[in-house]
Amino acid sequence: MMAWARGWALGASAIAALAVVLALAAAPAAQQAPRRIISLVPSATEMLFAMGAGPRVAAVSSYDRFPPEVQRLPRVGALVDPDVERILSLRPDLVVAYASQVDLLAQLTRAGIPVYTCRHGSLADITAAMRDLGSRVGLAADAGRAAADVERGLADVRASVAGRPRPRTLLVIGREPQSLRAISVSGGFGFLHDLLDLAGGENVFGDVKRESMMVATETILVKQPDVILELHYSDSASRDEETRERGAWTLLPGIPAVKNGRVHLLYGGELVVPGPRVVLTARAFADALFGVRSGSQPPPRHRIEEVVF
Amino acid sequence: MTDVRRRLAVSALAFGGLAFVSVLAAPLIGTTSISLRRVFDGSVPFADNVDAQIFFIARLPRALAGAIVGATLAAAGVVFQALLRNPLATPFTLGVSAGAALGAMLAITLRLHLSLWGVSAVTAASFIGSLGAVAIVYAMARARRRGFSTNILLLAGVTLNAFFSALILFVQYLADSAEALRTMRWLMGDLDIAGYGPILAALPLCAVAFAAFAWLPRPLNLLSLDTDAAASRGVDVLRVQRVAFFSASMATGAAVSLGGPIGFIGIIVPHLVRLIVGSDHRVVLPASALFGAAFLVATDVVARTVMAPIELPVGIITALIGGPFFLWLLVRQR
Repeated sequence: MMAWARGWALGASAIAALAVVLALAAAPAAQQAPRRIISLVPSATEMLFAMGAGPRVAAVSSYDRFPPEVQRLPRVGALVDPDVERILSLRPDLVVAYASQVDLLAQLTRAGIPVYTCRHGSLADITAAMRDLGSRVGLAADAGRAAADVERGLADVRASVAGRPRPRTLLVIGREPQSLRAISVSGGFGFLHDLLDLAGGENVFGDVKRESMMVATETILVKQPDVILELHYSDSASRDEETRERGAWTLLPGIPAVKNGRVHLLYGGELVVPGPRVVLTARAFADALFGVRSGSQPPPRHRIEEVVF
Repeated sequence: MTDVRRRLAVSALAFGGLAFVSVLAAPLIGTTSISLRRVFDGSVPFADNVDAQIFFIARLPRALAGAIVGATLAAAGVVFQALLRNPLATPFTLGVSAGAALGAMLAITLRLHLSLWGVSAVTAASFIGSLGAVAIVYAMARARRRGFSTNILLLAGVTLNAFFSALILFVQYLADSAEALRTMRWLMGDLDIAGYGPILAALPLCAVAFAAFAWLPRPLNLLSLDTDAAASRGVDVLRVQRVAFFSASMATGAAVSLGGPIGFIGIIVPHLVRLIVGSDHRVVLPASALFGAAFLVATDVVARTVMAPIELPVGIITALIGGPFFLWLLVRQR
């Protein structure tokens, strides 16, 4: 009896030891720097390129437009329609996806493909995510430098507007073209609100703890914003189209922003991407709020083509 | 005859008074309190008079749009219920709103940037979409034989609704997330039109439809019982059906392009009114129009105040009231 028990104990400990050895051998392999990364999150793609991991990006989402290098990469769907077959066929060793893509994450995990999940939040989360992603892909130092650049850029913008009066600003993130229907605005939460705050504007809906919301024209009339910043995600618009869009606001002639010609239309794909280019957005906000280009001249026209990294 | 006249007078007075009071009161109710004296204070220029701006730019157009859309959808509901001889018919049963929705979705997703007389591309496209749906359904109803088959009309409408819904989902799926959100918002109905342009565009169409509605009640009374009996009593059945179909469809198209597909008005209001005034179309039709106006104006006040500063889509409120009511009606029918 004893011999049997001893035999079992021996066998079990041998298996346990083998398991430990295998685990130790496998662990560094799993943590090895990934060489073929697929990013379904445009902001993460930009972060990867900013930290120098661009050459390792094997495919991107259908919404990725920046940096220009992504134009050549295969597209594998996006938030609601990830193309799992295509992702698997590209044999990635890391997939960056949204935390809400639970089905996709489960499938990838079953296939043994490591995943890294992102969740959008505040402005501070962006550089934190950059550093975290950097250490995941084995570029902690480069990611740290890139994140520090972003933080420095944001600090510069903050310093440039320090001490100025803070105009009460309405941040419009969408509406029906050429009319004032279905107006979405930024509430007091999320990176766009944080950027506005940093660039020296006082969000008129800062007290509502939501990232975005639809408001009635009445509410806007009550808030009486001094400045309206309106984000358009196309890279550019014809001068005519821009004039027409700004003209829609003349339906509310009594608002100080409209009365004083302080409706600013900002164009650029980076405006929706909580990635390294938030510095550009912050600068565009500050320019619109305080820039020398406003005043008697036609309101500024922002199109951001420079590349920060 | 005198009895009908008396009932018409009483109900017009009662429901008309209700509609009048709601349109007058709605602009005074809101999350910000405004003073009527300041609103009409001529000494302050309009650009500096926030109370007047809230009254004339934000609230009055909403109340007027609510009245027009509510009256139109309720009256169109009555007409469709009589035409299809089906108490569960709504202005949206024959696919008019699905066609309008498809037009609006396409305008939003293709980013059409046109506007005429204060009417945006989305509004125009939704009206064109509704006309398209009307044309298809009418062609189907006329295809099989001479006359106007209400059965085919119903089946074609239901099928078209399903087919357009699929197309709408397809367009929505291809849209990016910001556009998808806007299309979804459109489908919930919205009366915040910020200006009088869209009202002025919809008004002539609704006026023509209501002129037709004024002629319809008597033949509809006969028609809603039995087409053969109506024909034997000298009613030109085909003509009545055609007038009813086109006028109610056009009115629905105009209302939907103004306020979005606001559900359940076209069914709750006619049935509530019937419970009160009986089923004679000479009374039900005008009373429903007036009560529909009052009902939508009142629900819109709830929509814009209940979660302020966040704007709740009015279609959600009408559906929340309408859904349970519809079920109750369904059970009660058996």
